[in-house]
Amino acid sequence: MNKTIAQATISVNEEGYLTDFSQWTKEIGEEIAKEENIDMSDRHWEVIDYIHNQYKNEVALSIRGIKKSGVINIKEFYGLFPGGPLKKCTKIAGIPKPKSCI
Amino acid sequence: MSDTKVKKMLFILSKATIENVYAAFIMANGARMEGIESEIFFTFFGLEAIQKKKLEHLRVATVGNPAMHMPTMLGGLPGVEALATKMMKREMEKLDMPPVNEFIEILSDSGCKLWGCKLAIDMFHLEKEDLIDELDGILTIGDFYNRADREDTHLLFI
Repeated sequence: MNKTIAQATISVNEEGYLTDFSQWTKEIGEEIAKEENIDMSDRHWEVIDYIHNQYKNEVALSIRGIKKSGVINIKEFYGLFPGGPLKKCTKIAGIPKPKSCI
Repeated sequence: MSDTKVKKMLFILSKATIENVYAAFIMANGARMEGIESEIFFTFFGLEAIQKKKLEHLRVATVGNPAMHMPTMLGGLPGVEALATKMMKREMEKLDMPPVNEFIEILSDSGCKLWGCKLAIDMFHLEKEDLIDELDGILTIGDFYNRADREDTHLLFI
């Protein structure tokens, strides 16, 4: 389905995840974050950069991966994206929701 | 964010076989990843999973476990349990499942509360220093029931 956000029309799935990463911009990410009640700070964007890199390198995201990332620890990750951090940050980052159980 | 009506999961882990410990850990961690609160109460043999000296040596049960598809007599032979455990751990590592000690760190950092059962700890004569540093405290079962402080709490015995 289509959604208009940050003066752009993007294609999203029923959960609100972008279906085409090429449509993603930082402004769109910022607006999705607002919908999730998250005010993006520089620290949030550092995490999104890490998430984007993992996505580009086709590395599956997991909580264990966050622990080993060297970018952020798990406690801070939950603090920055409360209520399901991997789900929320992938949504903001414009990439698919992780399928891992761990 | 999440549409689930479950807002808090309380687990009671009473067994020390690897498959039961991982079932509790994966469900407790999975809850946190969905924004659901989670806590684990370790009692009886479940206490093996939070004893510093024992948690790395948990095993899969090869006897009395029909799903192993192994004759009971064979499952009881020396070394069979260790071999089955080794094979299972290897498969788990392939799926990027963390070992028990790392999983406990992940759970604790994710905000999952970890509690020891007072009665079982007394029964096995365990001291605080025998138990993991991540333990949030030692509770009676009554204390643990009181952790179910909202209507959308679920309690699961493993």
